[in-house]
Amino acid sequence: MIYDMKPEHIIGDYKEVTLDLYGGIRRTCLYTETETPYPDGKLIVSTTDINGIITQVNKSFVEMSGYTQEELINSPHSILRHPDMPPAAFKDLWNTVSKGEKWQGYVKNLRKDGGYYWVKATVIPNVRHGQVVGYTSVRRKPSRSKVEESIKLYPTLF
Amino acid sequence: MPYQLTVSPDFSPDHLSGWYIFNTWLQRQIGEAIHLELYNSFQAQRDAIHIDKIDLIYANPFDAAMLVREKGFLPLVKVQGVSDEAIVAVNKASAITDVTELSPGSRIAVTEDPDVRLMGMIMLEPADLTTDNVQIKVCDSYVLVAKQLLREDADVGIFLAEAYDDLSSIIKKQLRILVQSQIGVIQHALLVGPRLAHRRDELRESLLAMNVDEKGRDVLKNLSFDVWANIEDEDMEFMIDLMDTLNT
Repeated sequence: MIYDMKPEHIIGDYKEVTLDLYGGIRRTCLYTETETPYPDGKLIVSTTDINGIITQVNKSFVEMSGYTQEELINSPHSILRHPDMPPAAFKDLWNTVSKGEKWQGYVKNLRKDGGYYWVKATVIPNVRHGQVVGYTSVRRKPSRSKVEESIKLYPTLF
Repeated sequence: MPYQLTVSPDFSPDHLSGWYIFNTWLQRQIGEAIHLELYNSFQAQRDAIHIDKIDLIYANPFDAAMLVREKGFLPLVKVQGVSDEAIVAVNKASAITDVTELSPGSRIAVTEDPDVRLMGMIMLEPADLTTDNVQIKVCDSYVLVAKQLLREDADVGIFLAEAYDDLSSIIKKQLRILVQSQIGVIQHALLVGPRLAHRRDELRESLLAMNVDEKGRDVLKNLSFDVWANIEDEDMEFMIDLMDTLNT
């Protein structure tokens, strides 16, 4: 399940916005300007079902998102959706993976505490016996230059 | 014709005799003749795989994807509690203190070990380095990767973490780790090929029970393994999907 973000979980001054997420979900997001640097050498790994509902997360996912494993499993992956991310980026992601292809991009993710972290994300469809049964997403440390490019580009895509 | 067992060429030379002992044990367990063939290079091994010479293989994760998806191999077991990790290191005297200080054109010493090279290059991505904008220097062993750094013929070396740990203390004192992977889910796997697949359950049962008798424990000890763990088909598929995302 996915819930509106709560002020008591937020660290520091925050802004508020309501996002329309995939599946007709509306969520109140509270976000700050605090960046958590991506840790060296780690990969954030998760799997979802075909509807984008999280089925598995690794320890790095839990640590970076600020949510517990229990809060993440069975939640939509859009629990990480940051208001600065243009909807066009996720439309492109879904269009690509639903065709059975890999998607790669730079993503600003929203933490439970309102902060954010940048990742280089790769999403691939899990094909079993010829059928897409879900998706695996692996996030790794992005280069700062690619993050800077994304910071300039994304506001132009709304 | 005997079945053929092989091992990913990245195994430590210290374990050479261990694999022969393992093969003798395995033949007794299943009552079949198995020939152990150790290839000197990844390419020579892949050539043998392509002409279907291999029936059992202790495969690195990179080749496991091809073996399962293209050649119909099935997973048996993995070593419990062990994962493949990579280390990016420099000469201790190097001015580089963080990966992001590296620039295009950097000289990167590697071995042919495909999954370690992949993990290492991912750790260099934050500096905008890719195989297209660096000079790759391929070495025959991790000791030679270290020597490239010591001679300052390379700026950075990519090591299998286990191989880095096994370097002599004299060499390690002259090197410095920039970054070490903490991936945890990529590891070698013992796979069975189509011709021997009908013995899969029996093979797996014998392997999983190896540590319960003294003889089996001795064989494992010679490979520096503690105990095998089962690999479910879906676990294998997950690791292959993961390698697929990294190889992008």
